[in-house]
This record gives sequence, C-alpha cells and structure tokens, in this order.
Amino acid sequence: MTTATLAPTRAGDTRAEDPRIGLAGTLRHVGALTRRNLMRIKADPESMFDAVLMPIVFTVLFVYVFGGAMSGNQDDYKQRLIPGLLGQTGMTLALAVGTGLNSDFQTGVMDRFRTLPIGRASVLLSKIVAETLRALISSAILLTFAFILGFELKTGVLELLAAVGLSLVFGMSIVWISMLLGMAMKSAQAVQGVSMLVLMPMQFGSSIFAPTETMPGWLQAFTKVNPLSALADAARGLLNGQGPIAHPVMVVLIWSAASTAIFAPLAVARFRKRT
Amino acid sequence: MTGIATAPNTRGTAGNAVEVHGMVKHFGTTKALDGVDLTVREGTVLALLGPNGAGKTTLVRILSTLIKPDAGTAFVGGYDVLRQPKQLRRTIGLTGQYASVDELLSGYENLYLIGRLLDLSSRGAKARAAELLERFSLTEAAKRPAKTYSGGMRRRLDLAASMIGRPQVLYLDEPTTGLDPRTRNEVWDEVQRMVAEGSTVLLTTQYMEEAEQLANELTVIDRGKVIANGGVAELKAKVGGQILQVRPAHPAELPEMARRLHESGITGATISPDDGLLAVPITGEEQLTTVIGVLGGRGFAIAGIDTKVPSLDEVFLAITGKPTADPATAPAIALVKEPVA
Ligand SMILES: Nc1ncnc2c1ncn2[C@@H]1O[C@H](COP(=O)(O)OP(=O)(O)OP(=O)(O)O)[C@@H](O)[C@H]1O
Ligand SMILES: [Mg+2]
Repeated sequence: MTTATLAPTRAGDTRAEDPRIGLAGTLRHVGALTRRNLMRIKADPESMFDAVLMPIVFTVLFVYVFGGAMSGNQDDYKQRLIPGLLGQTGMTLALAVGTGLNSDFQTGVMDRFRTLPIGRASVLLSKIVAETLRALISSAILLTFAFILGFELKTGVLELLAAVGLSLVFGMSIVWISMLLGMAMKSAQAVQGVSMLVLMPMQFGSSIFAPTETMPGWLQAFTKVNPLSALADAARGLLNGQGPIAHPVMVVLIWSAASTAIFAPLAVARFRKRT
Repeated sequence: MTGIATAPNTRGTAGNAVEVHGMVKHFGTTKALDGVDLTVREGTVLALLGPNGAGKTTLVRILSTLIKPDAGTAFVGGYDVLRQPKQLRRTIGLTGQYASVDELLSGYENLYLIGRLLDLSSRGAKARAAELLERFSLTEAAKRPAKTYSGGMRRRLDLAASMIGRPQVLYLDEPTTGLDPRTRNEVWDEVQRMVAEGSTVLLTTQYMEEAEQLANELTVIDRGKVIANGGVAELKAKVGGQILQVRPAHPAELPEMARRLHESGITGATISPDDGLLAVPITGEEQLTTVIGVLGGRGFAIAGIDTKVPSLDEVFLAITGKPTADPATAPAIALVKEPVA
C-alpha cells in the first residue's frame, strides 16, 4: 500500500493522477509535522521558558509585590489575578506560531515541505496543534502553582475547562494575525519583538492585573474594548462564581469571530501565495 | 483528469521525464531564464552546466513548483508544472543548492519525517531512514541534531532526504559543491544507484568532471540561454578531450621533453617552468600510452603524472570563443601556456 506512491507514476497510476490528499492523509501529515514541532521543543527546551516560567513569574511578582497594595490582601488578589492570567494564555502562545513559521521560511525547511505531496495547510495545522499543547501545559502549570499558593476554585471542573477553552478559542483567532506577522517580517527575532509590542499593552491595559476603575478615562476606554479584559472577566466569573459570565463570554466570542473573519482570509491568501 | 491521453502539449512527449519549452523568468530587470528549451529522457542523467548566475537554480525551482515561470511550459513525469503541481510533487525529489534540513532535529528524525510525509508506513519510514543514513555514512551521527553536522554531512543528509521516496525524477542543484573527494565519490555512487533503480536525474554543476562522470547528456547555459547541448562525448570532442599533466623529476628537462614529443608527432604540448609541468592535450587512451612511451623510452625521470578534464572555463572558451562572464568560475590554477619553439 505504501509503495504505490513510490512506483514510477507515469501511466495508469490512479494514486498520482488524483491530486487530492484525503482526510486520512492529512491527519497523517499533520501528525508527522506535530511530532516534528514537539521534537524541536525537546531539542531546544529553552523555547518552553515562556510557557513554563511566565505563569510562575507573573504570579509570584504580582501576588507578592503588588497584591497587598492593590487588593488590600493577597488572597483576594490571587482570586483576581489567576483567572486573568489563565484567560490570556491562549493569546500569548498563539503569537509563537508566527515566529515558528518565519524560521521555517528562512531556513529553507518550508521549501522542502513545498516539494512534497502534502496539503499546504498541514504545516500550519501542525503548528497550531503544537501551540495548543503548549497552551494546555502552560495552563496546567499556572493552575498547579496557583493551587499551591492557596488559590481556591469556587466553582467546578466544568467551569474551569470552559475558561481554558475560551482562552484557546481566542488564541486561535490570534493565530491568523501571528501568521501574517510571521510572513511579513524578515527574521524570527523581529516577529518576536513585534509580538511583544502587541502583547504588552494589551496585557497591562486590561482588567487582568488591576481593576480598571482607577485608570484614567482614556485608558478605561481602551480597557473596556480590550478583549483580554473580557477574557479576564469571563474567567473570573467562571472560576470564582461571582460576577457576570454570559456578557464577557459573548464579547470574547464576538472578538474571536471578528478577528478570524478579517485576518484568516488575509493570512491564508498570503500563505497560499508563498507556498 | 484521468482520461488524458499521452499527447504533446497536455502531457509532454512519451519517453521524456522532463520537458521544458520556452521557459522565461524575470526577477525585476534580471532575465534569469530567457527562453530555455530542454528535455531529459526517462532513465538518463542530464547535467546542466553553467557559471554563477546562469539560471540553473531558477530552472530547478520552477521544475520543483517552488516558483512560477513568466512564460513557457514544462512537464515532469507527464505532469504540467503549472496545472498539476500536486501530482508532479509525487514524482520528484529535490536537493536544493542550499540546505533545507531542520537543524534542531537529528539526521534520523529529519529523514523519518519526510518518509512519513511521503506516506510511508511508520516502519517503512524507519527502515528507509536507516538505509539512507548508512549509505551516506551518517549512521554514527544519526541521533545528533543536524546543527552539529559539518557542511558535508548536512549536504549528504539533504541528498538522502531527496531520495527517500525513490522519486521518478531527481533534481540535484550542485550536489557536490564543497564536498571532499571521498564524499563526492560516495554521492556519485548514490546518484548512479538511483539511476540504476530507474530514476531520471537532472543535476546542475559547475564541474565538467562531474558532468562527465554522471551525465548522458549535457546542456550548457549562460545568462538564461542554452548555448550548447548534446551528448557528453560530443561536447568533449568539441572541447578537445583531456589534458595530460606530467611533472618531471628535473624541471630543467621540460623543453627537451616537449621537443621529443614534437619529434614523435605529438603536437600541442605546452610547458610551464614555474609550475614544473608539461601539459599535453590528449583525445584517447592510445595517445596517452604513446606520450608515456615516448617520455619513458627517452629515459626522462618522471615525478608525477595526472590527467585533468577541461574546466568549465575551457569548455566555454571552446563553445563560445569567449571566457565565462563571471571571473569567479575561472580555474584557480591557470596553466601558463608557452608554445614550444
Ligand atoms: N529571488 C531572486 N530575486 C532576484 N534575483 C534573483 C532571484 N533568484 C535569482 N535571481 C537572479 O537570477 C539570475 C539567475 O540566478 P540563479 O540562482 O538561477 O543562477 P545559478 O545558475 O543557479 O547560479 P549559481 O551557480 O551561482 O548558483 C541571477 O542573476 C540572480 O541574481
Ligand atoms: Mg544556483
């Protein structure tokens, strides 16, 4: 069965005549490429620093340095901060897709893939699968650490999973923007730099770290529309069992749909042109 | 799609693995390809010979579906480069001019990945990876990340990667540039094995010697145009065969040696006292034997002899009457040619 593609394909070989790859083939290709992405992480463990250390550093830094000042006591602040950090995980890691894509184009690896009979979406899908796994690991580390520090899940596992899921849904919609960055920039470092420039104001200009009421009016205007605020609010509602849930979840979903509707066609068109 | 008959224009001509008609490609104002026609018969090796910037890589990239031509048509394995890229990719293997291996993965993982992407079973991909690692002497380094490989090892890994699917048509863009002689021979052996197993090979090179070793046919291109085309023997005849270089034990005897050869009816010998070399153009084994016989018979002490294939530069000179446009391809050691009085 496997040798069919290897035999000379000139006449009568229906396998080569048929340009379609099929679902089974695509799954196999995405599987092989995902394995590659994971092997790359294994070979370069430092690339996991952001996923592993960021949640820990942020938690320690904010809970102990600013927590007391901001919420009066650290326990209240934990309950505020941890859901917010969980909410932004998807976006943080989605931004890494563009960096990976960029380095594949730069190193000629993409050229090799492009001469192989695989669907062009496979390379991309495998990146998304690997980043999703990274987001899950990052979320797990964040939660484990949070529980050790005394964070309380006031609802249930289902609500927790819903919060993680919402974060991933939003992350998916950011993947397209990351892809566009990855294809537009000249180097992986540049992609990473620009990603940070986008991420930082969005993180800190949101309700993740501090209540927005104390911010000046112009900043409040920004934090109100910032999807990371909605994500943090939704996650808080889901994990703490207090505050609205439906409204912020809707806002996040609308943002995700809008971002996907605008950027997915652009990213796919650009990707097709280059592959 | 399946009902297409084998006819020119839709599938190319039967018996041709690669067929290129009027290929044109511009990069801005640079005409990388300026109307190239070329065919490679099934089961043969064609060497595409040309200096830097001739358009070799551009042509290979078009035939691999990596870039699109501005004009012209091409068929590979009967598939149209522009209209049937997916089918075409099932029939080709490419080793590009620049490495395209994943540096973070080990040699083995690189090959295994490509095997899986070519729809080999997990076991099949493992076996094929191990086989090719062995053949390219990479077994010992198989588990190391490719970034720790030397240039030659990376090149071999790249070559192995292009052979995994036993492609019907194999493109090799300067496969041996930068390799040491032993490794180069190893690569040549593998290319010949692929041909014996039924593959067709299109290889680009700057070395006449490589073309002579591997190719049935030669196409010489310069500035995007084909300037010569034919069998290896045919073109060699045009260029004038090989050059025999003799290094006498006593360089002072050089003029005397040249005169003796001239007396024996062997013409064209040149000497370069600075290098201590006598150079004699020869067209066959008999002539070689005669020259050695004459020199040996006269009792000249010979310290070394060597035959050398004309360089790309000399081929160009013979074909076009002018040297290659790019001085970078000129032979590193030029023989000072002093006509013998
Ligand atoms: N992507 C590109 N953008 C602009 N110019 C290009 C590009 N690719 C090739 N060229 C130009 O097209 C011409 C042919 O290049 P090509 O790489 O095909 O030559 P080559 O025969 O492979 O040379 P070499 O022996 O140096 O590899 C050169 O003048 C080169 O500068
Ligand atoms: Mg080239």
